[in-house]
Amino acid sequence: MRRKSMASVVIGLVVFTLSGIALGKVEISGLFMKQAGYQESDIRAMTEEFLKIRPDIDVKLSFVAYEELHDKIVVAAASGVGTYDVILLDCIWPAEFAEAGWLLDVTERLPEEERADIFPEVLSSVTYKGRLYGMPWLNDWEYFFYNKKMLEDVGAQPPTYWTEVMDISKKLKENGIVEYPIIDAWGQGEAVVIQWLQYVYAMGGTLFDEAGNPVMNQGKPLEALEFMVRYMNEGLFNPACIESFYEEVRRVFSAGQAAFGLNWTYMYNLANDPQESQIAGNAVIAVIPGFPDGRRSATCNGGMGLSILASSAHPDEAWEYVRYLASKEVQKKYSQNALPIWKSLYDDPELIAQQPELIKVAKEQIHYIFDRPQVPWYSQFSTILSEELQAALTGAKTPKQAMDDAVTRTKEVMERYGK
Amino acid sequence: MVSRRNPTPSGKGAPPRGGLLQRKEALFALLLILPAFVFIGIIIFYPMALSLYLSLFQVDLTRKGAGTPFVGLANYIDIFKSSYFWSSIGRTAYFTAVSIALEMVLGLFVALLLNEKFRGRGALRSLLLLPWALPITVDAIMWKWIFNANYGAFNAFLTQLGLIDKYQPWLTRPWSAMHCVIVADVWKVTPLVALLLLAGLQTIPRELYEAAYVDGAGWFRILWKITIPLLGPTMTVVLVLRTLDAFRVFDIVYVMTQGGPANATKVISFLTYQEAFKFLHFSKGAALSYIITLIVALFAYLYTQTMKRHIEY
Repeated sequence: MRRKSMASVVIGLVVFTLSGIALGKVEISGLFMKQAGYQESDIRAMTEEFLKIRPDIDVKLSFVAYEELHDKIVVAAASGVGTYDVILLDCIWPAEFAEAGWLLDVTERLPEEERADIFPEVLSSVTYKGRLYGMPWLNDWEYFFYNKKMLEDVGAQPPTYWTEVMDISKKLKENGIVEYPIIDAWGQGEAVVIQWLQYVYAMGGTLFDEAGNPVMNQGKPLEALEFMVRYMNEGLFNPACIESFYEEVRRVFSAGQAAFGLNWTYMYNLANDPQESQIAGNAVIAVIPGFPDGRRSATCNGGMGLSILASSAHPDEAWEYVRYLASKEVQKKYSQNALPIWKSLYDDPELIAQQPELIKVAKEQIHYIFDRPQVPWYSQFSTILSEELQAALTGAKTPKQAMDDAVTRTKEVMERYGK
Repeated sequence: MVSRRNPTPSGKGAPPRGGLLQRKEALFALLLILPAFVFIGIIIFYPMALSLYLSLFQVDLTRKGAGTPFVGLANYIDIFKSSYFWSSIGRTAYFTAVSIALEMVLGLFVALLLNEKFRGRGALRSLLLLPWALPITVDAIMWKWIFNANYGAFNAFLTQLGLIDKYQPWLTRPWSAMHCVIVADVWKVTPLVALLLLAGLQTIPRELYEAAYVDGAGWFRILWKITIPLLGPTMTVVLVLRTLDAFRVFDIVYVMTQGGPANATKVISFLTYQEAFKFLHFSKGAALSYIITLIVALFAYLYTQTMKRHIEY
């Protein structure tokens, strides 16, 4: 009897293996995020459509929150066993991951004529040292939002510069229309760094001098921080900015507790959705203000790409899947949550009909896009900046002290990396 | 031991093979615990040994070219020299001390209350467990909203009482943010402490109370002279458990403040997480976790030593 059961196990195994070979399905797995941009249901639908075209491939999908994405990739890539084939790559990671040797170089895989049709600002989010480490996919940057009704109440025109924003804000506050007119995401972490950089770049500043030394403790970067501290102390920026991330910004703005706010594309449709917002119909999307003596505007590149891990056993199938997700047809079909990466689509009448306002503003805002520093030690740099910015915002240090400390600490990190 | 409880038949005619049978049985027992042993080995001992090994090297994933040289105790020395390490240890100690003190006092009062006989006691006892049954992330998100500067319930409550005239951003001030995190922890853990203390209370003989009552001792005197001393061993156990837990606090901080504002809530576990997973300094992260382990082990040792003395009571 024992022998019989053994035999059946063996037969079972053989049949199982053979059936696998007979079907010949290649299985790839992808790691995505559950957040702004394409929604989980979108990605599942896109994948279903891909599987119909390529029945010989099977795709397994995983979704995590943005905050967990980096750590998940690190653990999977460091173990090197090919847990994921395709990952969603944020534009601040190519340097870090490419230096670690985790990403497949796809420079040769993307034809030149196709590359020419992608916004260079978007391509840069998957590029490191001139090499392409993924396919750009999620095209996103920040915009300025204002509450049309509140501006009408004080007879104000939409502002172009921050100086005008502050004048209108003072009026709104004095007239008791809104207690804290501006909401921004200054929570400890990546958010406060991005938002501060936006003011720095709008003022025309930069973080490093020509020799590559950090110079955040003087000139525009320092002024930008002083600007934030000053107007928060005057009660124009909501003091809750310090604990806010983008979802908090959306909630405060959508509750009619702010006249101005900065956020990613996704807030536009949600702030005008009566189910999600008390100010539906009054949320206007616009180009982020600048400074008269600096730039007209500045917005942070928040693009994300689809990369293939070097440990993937099926890089070719994975690349085909990636190409499909980033194709013009798919990007056009799912444009309600993220705009396409393809330049030619922005003149496509169907797309313009889907998102008339957004496309108009996007076409202008893209000229003022900036990248965060692309260095392999960006995570540490960003942590230092967020800690020191918060120290100044909470009044623990003066802006000058905080930025002096940021420079000292950045130099220590750079030394470790031998720069 | 197994064989002693199942003696081999020793009647006449029994085969003189008891020794072999015993050995077989022992072997069988070993075989039965082997899978558990292997699993524990893979899950606990191997990673522990590996991280000790890692902590003596320099493993920096973002600097692949640098290799992984042996650096001895350099990671540990680096950590001990860093002011960020010491300030986060200070913060963690403060969090641990304050939250445990609050949990103990509140827990004791709740336990005393639930030890009395009254209608609906059973229902109240089960209701008490509600916060403890909640996942810690849910607890943290809930308190983050309660303390929210724009629509938080805490602000609404204080405004309605007339204690503040304007909504306050509690989580944006270093000092108050730390205490908001402590409140979230206390709310969640007090039920557990109360329950453990309640179990301890029920082991105290009724006669002692009756005798004290007859002798004319007041409520506070009974509490101070009978309840608390006899609850000593239970309290020590709770203290050990809670210290081990509170010193490693991570989830609440991760959800509520991300270590902010201005690092005011950056406890030692958060620092470790940052080193290992954000900066990819695996060796330093490993060294930091070993330091936490040592500190926690030291606490456990000190407590058990005092507990030994207590038991002689």
